[in-house]
Amino acid sequence: MIGQGSAPAPFSSLPGPTVRAVHDQFHGDLLEVSMGPQHPSTHGVFRMVATLDGEQIVKLKPVFGYLHRNHEKIAENTTYLGSMPYTDRLDYLCSMSTNWAYALAVEKLSGQAVPERAQYLRIIMAELTRIVNHACLVGFLFNDLGTSFTPLLYAFREREKIIDLFESLSGSRMMCNYQRFGGCRVDPTPEWLKAASTLVDGFPRFLDEYETMLTGNEIMLARTQGIGRLDPQHAINAGITGPVLRASGVDYDIRKVDAYGFYPRFNFRVPLGSHGDTYDRYMMRILEMRESVKILQQAFKELPEGPIMDPKAKIRGFRPKAGEAYGRLEGPKGELGFYLISDGSPNPYRYRVRPPSLINLTLLEEMCLGHTIADSVVILGSIDIVLGEVDR
Amino acid sequence: MLGSGILKGLAVTAKNFVGSYHDPKRMVTVEYPEQKTNIPENYRSFPFLVSENAEDPMGSLRCVACQICEKECPPQCIIIEKSKDKKPDAAGKMQLYPAVFNIDTSVCMSCQICVEVCPFDSIKMDQVFEVAATERFNELLLTRERLAKPNSYYHQIHPTEAAEVDGRLTAERQAAAEKAKAAAAAKAAAAAAKPVVASTQPAPAPVAAAQKSPPPAA
Repeated sequence: MIGQGSAPAPFSSLPGPTVRAVHDQFHGDLLEVSMGPQHPSTHGVFRMVATLDGEQIVKLKPVFGYLHRNHEKIAENTTYLGSMPYTDRLDYLCSMSTNWAYALAVEKLSGQAVPERAQYLRIIMAELTRIVNHACLVGFLFNDLGTSFTPLLYAFREREKIIDLFESLSGSRMMCNYQRFGGCRVDPTPEWLKAASTLVDGFPRFLDEYETMLTGNEIMLARTQGIGRLDPQHAINAGITGPVLRASGVDYDIRKVDAYGFYPRFNFRVPLGSHGDTYDRYMMRILEMRESVKILQQAFKELPEGPIMDPKAKIRGFRPKAGEAYGRLEGPKGELGFYLISDGSPNPYRYRVRPPSLINLTLLEEMCLGHTIADSVVILGSIDIVLGEVDR
Repeated sequence: MLGSGILKGLAVTAKNFVGSYHDPKRMVTVEYPEQKTNIPENYRSFPFLVSENAEDPMGSLRCVACQICEKECPPQCIIIEKSKDKKPDAAGKMQLYPAVFNIDTSVCMSCQICVEVCPFDSIKMDQVFEVAATERFNELLLTRERLAKPNSYYHQIHPTEAAEVDGRLTAERQAAAEKAKAAAAAKAAAAAAKPVVASTQPAPAPVAAAQKSPPPAA
């Protein structure tokens, strides 16, 4: 497959041979390997063009856009309510929190109030979603490490229980379409709440089992500790958020900083890493799941009775007054924000998503330099991207 | 000791492996075509149109072709054409009906927005999920004949929601019938009162308002 690479070839991201020789005046003869877009380790249709010196990566270019579906422009051509189901498809693993972020931005724009019960329900859904996302991430990370599916299936077994709860509540496993401007769509029955509460109470047992299985595993430690280090200066400069930033030791959690929703009423801690390597990023997810369980237990205990929709909320003919708003929340992957400009018409004039996956992906090269291509797969897995959100 | 972490992990795997034969908590697989899990009541797949009468589904659709769902549908998979004539609905009022009502299920994303915006409770979410087709166009384009399903079917798949909807509709129809009766009585009274020139009693004011049904919110 190696091309006729005697002549110096410029570094290019254009489609071409998957492997070719390039010449660099500092490194000499190098090999350019194009991984993806159809590669199982790239978590979707994503391509990494890695230039290798022997085994080491000297240059890495992420190439994305294969899943671009014009999300922002479509949203500008539908009503405000009409783009709610499209937000499910952004980050298809955590539709509940994406819905909430969008509802938060629209509520800021229109000045709607949210009833107390709906606020609690939103927190319950967002934290369940965080558990779903982190369970997936941890499973896939081990898959990237080469554990051939066992940890992934254990994690998916637990995730499936939460997804079933979402299905019995909202009607769909992943495309929940649950939040509305001024509240939530369906009120959970007492049986649903009881089932969810039992599930959450049993979740730490699964985490303990999972950690016994994997956290102390010597192969895993060798493969993740010191791999893909990201220092806090770089992370802050690039606008990295979420667990990837906190693994580098920067204490920034929008649940604490913005105090949106009813989060100030909850007692929870923000886990922080100190090395910023892949192992810290893995531990961050495990610890966040444990904190989410604490938040959920408090929420189930304190959930008040009452309406779940603002009585003034309109389903048809919703026209917020002219203005602009930016609503953001701490999604499972980082700062998830929606920026909206309204000109008083039923459609947003401008609709912009701040996707945490895309912005966290920008430092992939920094993290991968000097490591092998096998490590770059693990590093990519630890950043936690969803291509639906990266490409939009 | 080096390797103890791996051994501990293998112990967990062994526990899960043995458990997968006898512990119901670890037996999670369902052999799908033979076995099926229960569908939750809230589950939704594609929309269908509710008809009042199972014998004459086309004549008893609740839909009055107001085209709100067509406008609100995010991927725009609903195509409606209004009828030229009118038919009496369940309450006996003359209404338009959809001459064409198509839903392209290859475009539909099952978001339920059409159900939420419908002011007449005439479109609801179905629960069918084995909908494979052998042809891409006509088989996936559901016409109103294929979309119409009787109200009893709706009760069967969403019992709680259907009972609530039926209660609301009956109450609305009763209120409308009483209002029409009151309006007719007032009209008769006004007609009776008119020939009496000497009468100074003002005609009942809300006649005009009572005759008009509330327009659907735009």
